[in-house]
Amino acid sequence: RPFNLSYHYANNAIKTSKYNIFTFLPLNLFEQFRRLANAYFLFLFILQLIPQISSLSWFTTAVPLILVLSITAVKDASDDIFILLSSILSADLLLLSSSEPLNLVYVETAELDGETNLKVKQALTVTGDMGDNIDELAGFTASQQPSGQVQGTLTVNGQTYALDNDKVLLRGCTLRNTEWCFGLVIFGGPDTKLMQNSGKTTFKRTSIDHLMNVLVLCIFGFLASMCTVMAISNAIWEVREGSVFTAFLPREPGVDAALSSFLSFWSYVIVLNTVVPISLYVSVEIIRLGNSFYIDWDRKMYYPKNDTPAQARTTTLNEELGQIKYIFSDKTGTLTQNIMTFNRCSINGKGYGENGHTNKVDFLWNHLADPKFIFHDHSLVETVRAGNPEAQAFFRLLALCHTVMPEEKKEGELNYQAQSPDEGALVTAARNFGFVFRSRTPETITVVEMGKQVTYELLAVLDFNNVRKRMSVIVCSPEGKLTLYCKGADTIIYERLHPSCNKLMKVTTDHLNEYAGDGLRTLVLAYKDLDEDYMDDWKKRHHEASTAMDGREERLDELYEEIEKDLQLLGATAVEDKLQDGVPQTIEQLAKADIKIWVLTGDKQETAENIGYSCNMLREEMKDVFIVLELLRTACMCQTVICCRVTPLQKAQVVQLVKRYKQAVTLAIGDGANDVSMIKAAHIGVGISGQEGMQAVLSSDFSFAQFRYLQRLLLVHGRWSYLRMCKFLRYFFYKNFTFTFVHFWYAFFCGFSAQTVYDEWFITLYNLVYTALPVLGMSLFDQDVNDRWSFQYPQLYSPGQLNLYFNKKAFVRCMMHSCYSSLILFFIPWAAMYDTVRDDGKDIADYQSFALLAQTCLLVVVNIQLCLDTHYWTAVNQFFVWGSLAAYFAITFTMYSNGMFLIFTSAFPFIGTARNSLNQPNVWLTIFLTSLLCTLPVVAFRFILIQLWPTINDKMRHKVRKEALPAPAPRRLPTRRISTRRSGYAFSHSQGYGDLVTSRRFLLKKPLKSRLALFTQTDSPLLHFVPVK
Amino acid sequence: MGKEKAKSGSLARRPDNSAFKQQRLPAWSPMLTANTVLPFFYFMSLICMLLGVWLLLTVQSTQEIKVDYTHAGECNVCFEIRKNMSNAGESCICTVEFSIEKPFKGDVFFYYGLQNFHQNLRRYMDSRDDAQMVGWKENLKNPSIYCEPFKKDQNGLPIAPCGAVANSIFNDSFTLTYIDSSGTEHKVPLLRRGITWYTDKNVKFRNPKVDNLTLAQVFEGTTKPLYWQKPVYELDPHQATNNGFINDDLIVWMREAAFPNFKKLYGILYRANKPFTKGLPAGNYKIEISYNFPVQYFRGRKQVVLTTLTWFGGQNHFLPIAYLVTSSLILLIAVVLTVVWLKFGKNGKNMEE
Repeated sequence: RPFNLSYHYANNAIKTSKYNIFTFLPLNLFEQFRRLANAYFLFLFILQLIPQISSLSWFTTAVPLILVLSITAVKDASDDIFILLSSILSADLLLLSSSEPLNLVYVETAELDGETNLKVKQALTVTGDMGDNIDELAGFTASQQPSGQVQGTLTVNGQTYALDNDKVLLRGCTLRNTEWCFGLVIFGGPDTKLMQNSGKTTFKRTSIDHLMNVLVLCIFGFLASMCTVMAISNAIWEVREGSVFTAFLPREPGVDAALSSFLSFWSYVIVLNTVVPISLYVSVEIIRLGNSFYIDWDRKMYYPKNDTPAQARTTTLNEELGQIKYIFSDKTGTLTQNIMTFNRCSINGKGYGENGHTNKVDFLWNHLADPKFIFHDHSLVETVRAGNPEAQAFFRLLALCHTVMPEEKKEGELNYQAQSPDEGALVTAARNFGFVFRSRTPETITVVEMGKQVTYELLAVLDFNNVRKRMSVIVCSPEGKLTLYCKGADTIIYERLHPSCNKLMKVTTDHLNEYAGDGLRTLVLAYKDLDEDYMDDWKKRHHEASTAMDGREERLDELYEEIEKDLQLLGATAVEDKLQDGVPQTIEQLAKADIKIWVLTGDKQETAENIGYSCNMLREEMKDVFIVLELLRTACMCQTVICCRVTPLQKAQVVQLVKRYKQAVTLAIGDGANDVSMIKAAHIGVGISGQEGMQAVLSSDFSFAQFRYLQRLLLVHGRWSYLRMCKFLRYFFYKNFTFTFVHFWYAFFCGFSAQTVYDEWFITLYNLVYTALPVLGMSLFDQDVNDRWSFQYPQLYSPGQLNLYFNKKAFVRCMMHSCYSSLILFFIPWAAMYDTVRDDGKDIADYQSFALLAQTCLLVVVNIQLCLDTHYWTAVNQFFVWGSLAAYFAITFTMYSNGMFLIFTSAFPFIGTARNSLNQPNVWLTIFLTSLLCTLPVVAFRFILIQLWPTINDKMRHKVRKEALPAPAPRRLPTRRISTRRSGYAFSHSQGYGDLVTSRRFLLKKPLKSRLALFTQTDSPLLHFVPVK
Repeated sequence: MGKEKAKSGSLARRPDNSAFKQQRLPAWSPMLTANTVLPFFYFMSLICMLLGVWLLLTVQSTQEIKVDYTHAGECNVCFEIRKNMSNAGESCICTVEFSIEKPFKGDVFFYYGLQNFHQNLRRYMDSRDDAQMVGWKENLKNPSIYCEPFKKDQNGLPIAPCGAVANSIFNDSFTLTYIDSSGTEHKVPLLRRGITWYTDKNVKFRNPKVDNLTLAQVFEGTTKPLYWQKPVYELDPHQATNNGFINDDLIVWMREAAFPNFKKLYGILYRANKPFTKGLPAGNYKIEISYNFPVQYFRGRKQVVLTTLTWFGGQNHFLPIAYLVTSSLILLIAVVLTVVWLKFGKNGKNMEE
């Protein structure tokens, strides 16, 4: 029965993709030309079409331009398709009515806050009573700004009702246990709370990108100054020499020395344009893409359990992975599995569940047992089955004192919906040890005790809240025995124990300390037998208090205080908030790599601290545990920072704060929708594809299944990517500057006429063909040491954090080096050639032969330089280097062949040059000499650096040569800490819903039976809210 | 088959375990260690020294003489005449004398040299039409726009060969005479053919082919370049096959020099007859020069170069000396490196963390 509030849905579509098929080409071209680099390309191209200026043929620019544009277009297109598929849509709803009693709706808000426990929302009574006749509704909603809290009024039949957050289902929630519900869309699309909270999506750029942009601007300036020098020199030359040479080369009409100088400026812009590394951008993208694929392909980051490989969702941030200084981590689902396991317990002074038991306890005797439950201590089962009264009371308490909702779809297949996972763990433990919580009504709780069904009458639930830090139930057994069962934080319960328990208390305290030392979450259990008369009296007073008009809370609290005293201690439970595999080791490794780890969690301080200790992040010797949000300076000095009670938006703000004031590279890792904002805010967002839905993964840049893969992502992939990118940049700048500077020197011999040194075809193909693959090979395969060494010595990571491999200084060094090389590359061939002839007396000092010689020298030298830079010679590298050289000679001989000249006469005027000059010994002797002079100083310089100031990389490489591969570090056994710090929070943070469970109106509408989760995510742009009934 | 199996089931998305994808390709990781670097430097120093010495000996074995005749002796008169553009048509012949002390043994090559003549200016180099000179008929009558302003004459006739390069062809001619000890003059015979690259003569430069037509008829409808005295099909009055675009002197000139100072081959000594069978004997020589090419416009100089050659080419001392200098530099560096290594690197202390 569709009920369509269509007029409210109008703007719910969120546009997340940029193009469609028809607009792609023009829009994409426009987008691309907005990029500085491509605009520059276009500008050059236009310059070349002006004949007075054109110092190069049009194809020298056109070929690279077309190539760059088409590669980028293909990449954009594929990225865009990716966005389209990933859109998830729904809206914020005002709850009107539902299928459930009391118009309750059970929702899971994992996507919003990361908590997997169920939450209850209740509709307004007035709309709820309408039930499914909601058509009668004629209302008017007035609500406040979408950004803040939902506040507003609903006007129905002339009456106004106040609305608050409890009545609103937020986008991203999942309905559970609710067949249908009606809602009114109050915020749609980008206005929804989720969208408002998830922070702005900004286009992320790496710090290398920023540096590159600065450098490119500097290079533009440099180009302009070079061209100015050329123009001025040209003016001088034209006045002094050109004016008298006009007999042989008349000036074009209207061109005098000044105009010629102006034209020469632009001509040199074209000739020297290769200093501005345009193809750099393309190559950088290709390298990043390649390194992203390595992440996708990495088997060591593949999680076989749910068949999830790691995924590089953004392919433009790789090298930043090698520069991370701060990691911001979510706790639940990221560090922990969000699985609570009942691990240890202390019953009547005896501890169970010690480490060291290996084989699992078999629960086959109990046909209601949860097969997933694992416990290792057989003695506990034996104790319970032997009928030990304390042990039985212990588990009876666990089976009775909680607010868990059971769900039994099939006979014997119980499913618990717990408000907090801790509670679920405890009830499940009781279930397996033979006290199966089967079903509940507002007045009764049915438990199967050691195979026998017992129904307890539930007299009162003394609910949990943050002040009480405990919860109690008062039940009446079928025999009529009245008992109060209480569980809570140790400090709270200890105050209320009967003095007779003192001895037991001491033993239990020892156990509690031990548990806390292991990072377990503890609760203390106690009970009290009540006598009937007192209970009657208390019940009466309780009823009075709960119906009182004023001071109800206080009066109830007093009553609770009164009855929860002189308790008998039963024991303590220890629940493990299970860490993901390898979390402590990973954190230790990252700490060794000098990465600071901040945990941002919505949890309370105690729980967060607890996790801190259990992941090795906090150690006992770290004395002070701060709670920091504003004290950034203090916080940044700490190795580890834990921020508790943080909302999603605050998470992002913390990240922003560090980003802004520390100028450090940050990484945020999380798994839930509540981490989206921080993932988007950080330089790099990593999503854990876990149980909490896909929101985090969808907004992340990298995703994988386990926190421990982070160390491989950073210490191996990140480090290599950074290393490769920096090597690439250094080499690329070197190769282009060297190439260009030779033109500059030649200008002094050719009257600053913008004559090129090399053949135009060489200029066209130099970056695209002759030198493209070797450098790509280096930047895709290079490793300084292999992955195992990278793990062994995490300190190898620190150069990245300090930006050591590529910075402005390195850039200047590149330029100096290029300058030297270009001087050698021009003047050695010049001196060797200008006054010589072939061995048969014919010409070899002609322009074409010289061009061929200069370009061959250049290519040989840049290839040797590449070989010096390559540290990891795979067969592919060899193939690329030798292949490129071979291709150069093959292409050169082809282009200089008779056939090419006779077919395309004006395009290939270099006919015969290769044949006539490359057979001359003095040509090869020149090439050899230039290579030596360009390379040997570099080798010598590097050798001296290694000897005198070896870097960490040099040291490691030296070590690798001397030693065999290190054995993988042995897993250290977790050290036992004896600690007095404990957290007793097996409860959720919020008020429990004990009152709902016991409410008189609980069964008003329908019996509690087979509920279906029907509210699932849809991929359609509009959420059709179709109740199924 | 096995691969497909692995791909199905619960591990469907597991990445392949290939060395490439797992970045485990076998590789060679060289490092700059003392064991490789130091011997390499010493070895390279030795190689360079040997090369340097060998080249030096080779270059020393050649003989070369350069005679600058720009305004030497009576040529000064011609120089003055050429200063005035209006005298361009006037012929001027002058003689320069020189002597060689040691005989030039073997083949002797006769070059003319120009200094400060920029054949490498961009607009100058572009000002030619290869398509015309390779004999494409459409380009003969309609030369490339690059030839401007030497594309057509005032009457609109296309120029063949067009362009500034061809127009500015070097047009001095030389007659070398040997005066033996008895005072008898022997004209030194020079081979004026075979002075171009084979590819230029046979591929790059060809006359337009029309059956049954003489060269002059083929070039009908075109005009000679502005500064030329003779049309292109009458460049060599002695040898009919050396005319048109395939004239050797034209081809030599059209191969533009890379630098403003250059020399170009004019002729090779013809050694069939005495007294030149062994080369040029020692003694006095004179060159009779038909002084046409004006150099005062570009403050240039003209010279005649006579040289013998080896496998290494002409007498350029740069490479041998450069090799010797490089050799000593490398040796110096090698010594420094050795000292540094002995002092810091040998015991491996510098590599400790």
